[in-house]
Amino acid sequence: MSLKNIAIKLETSDSYSIGNVTALLSEIAAHLKKLIASGEASLIDLKSLPFAPGEYEQLRQALDHGEVTAQIDAIGLSEIIETRYPGVWWLTHYNVEGDIVADIIEIAIIPSILQSQPEDVRAGLDMLQAVISQPIQQND
Amino acid sequence: MADHDTLAQRLIQQGISRRAFLKFCTAMASLMALPPGSAQAIAAALAQAKRPSVIWLSFQECTGCTESLTRSHSPTVESLIFDMISLDYHHTLQAASGFAAEKARDDAMKEFYGKYLLLVDGSIPTKDGGIYSTIAGMTNLDMLKDAAKGAAAIISVGTCAAFGGIPKANPNPTGAVAVSDIIKDKPIVNISGCPPIPAVITGVLAHYLTFGALPELDNLNRPKVFYGETIHDRCYRRPFYDQGKFAKTFDDEGARNGWCLFELGCKGPTTHNACATTKWNGGAGFPIEAGHGCLGCSEPDFWDAGSFYTALSMPATPLTFATGAAAVGVAAGVGVSLANSAKKRAAKAAHQPVTLNDLE
Repeated sequence: MSLKNIAIKLETSDSYSIGNVTALLSEIAAHLKKLIASGEASLIDLKSLPFAPGEYEQLRQALDHGEVTAQIDAIGLSEIIETRYPGVWWLTHYNVEGDIVADIIEIAIIPSILQSQPEDVRAGLDMLQAVISQPIQQND
Repeated sequence: MADHDTLAQRLIQQGISRRAFLKFCTAMASLMALPPGSAQAIAAALAQAKRPSVIWLSFQECTGCTESLTRSHSPTVESLIFDMISLDYHHTLQAASGFAAEKARDDAMKEFYGKYLLLVDGSIPTKDGGIYSTIAGMTNLDMLKDAAKGAAAIISVGTCAAFGGIPKANPNPTGAVAVSDIIKDKPIVNISGCPPIPAVITGVLAHYLTFGALPELDNLNRPKVFYGETIHDRCYRRPFYDQGKFAKTFDDEGARNGWCLFELGCKGPTTHNACATTKWNGGAGFPIEAGHGCLGCSEPDFWDAGSFYTALSMPATPLTFATGAAAVGVAAGVGVSLANSAKKRAAKAAHQPVTLNDLE
């Protein structure tokens, strides 16, 4: 007997739902209204939600891709995608092994993690000034 | 790393940028089940965090708890956390053995007296003076008492250390007890589960590292952020329970449709843990998602609470109050929960071994 003898029912990602996607879209809409009204950003931690099998993929499909995709290379990759709804960003942080360590939807004008951090800016300036202060090698 | 170094200094020395640190703190917030917006606050706290010494004692156990932690699918976060503590003694993980290993434990206990975290996995045999489990000629009982004296706090990892676990199951031949049955004068956190979820272990360590204090605990000394709700509360199959849709066997139409496993013995309604959201194997799923009911492994005496395959509404002794509650939804669930407590007591008093018939 092989695996071929076992009747396996393949389920598509849209074949199962307990309503999480609809609830999340409503929550995102409420956060977008807040962003428009006051400029206040919001975050939703997807790892804390009890998704039914397939619902995560359904949410991916519902939010889809927009115009912007960014990548950060810091202790593993991070993928930042603006969804088809401007102001709604999907942030997936991976570790160096490629496993997801944080999966977040950020409703903001621009995700905070994309902004340069003041400490890094200061360190960068120090590095730049060190380069400038080096004597320039003359090419004869 | 020098002990006076803060975490921020440590990361800078490793060439980790502030942005990477913020990413790490975002992952920590997720790990600790804190609001995702708290990453900035965590970053500020961690920047000042000192490196605590940790002594890990393994007693009457199967090493499953350590396996759970070391085979976790988020090694970067956990290795970073472990990089931030000084794990001065752990039987399984340390390179040293014999006298050198025991000296490492003694040295850490003296140097960090009153400050170190003591992690314990496994129950402690007490019968016949505790002779049924010894390390370097010392009983687990004596070693625990000795190590607990200078501990700032104790973290009981796994159901064995937290509640006695399987070694304590009837007839409990070694007189196994939980850490909290022996140590009464130290703060104790119970991270129950057989094994516990690795993210919960590191989440508690991260909380201590970040805030310098233990997280808020429930009535069984478990961190509320992870054990505050039942598996049932957060189960994706819960809507089927509310609709009265139950799988009757493991291969019927209901099972194939993913209906509630309550009638097949799922202990989700009385089990507090984070499996339904944190999940296992890198978030791939948890037992109910694989089609099997929850065994209730993070609750005291789960091994002696009757068959894993008998519905909670079918008490070990006749309790007409709860019989038939399975199909009528949430209100009945409250009664079931009460009945289950009574059932556990009854089952414990009259131990009912699981037979082959129970498994069919």
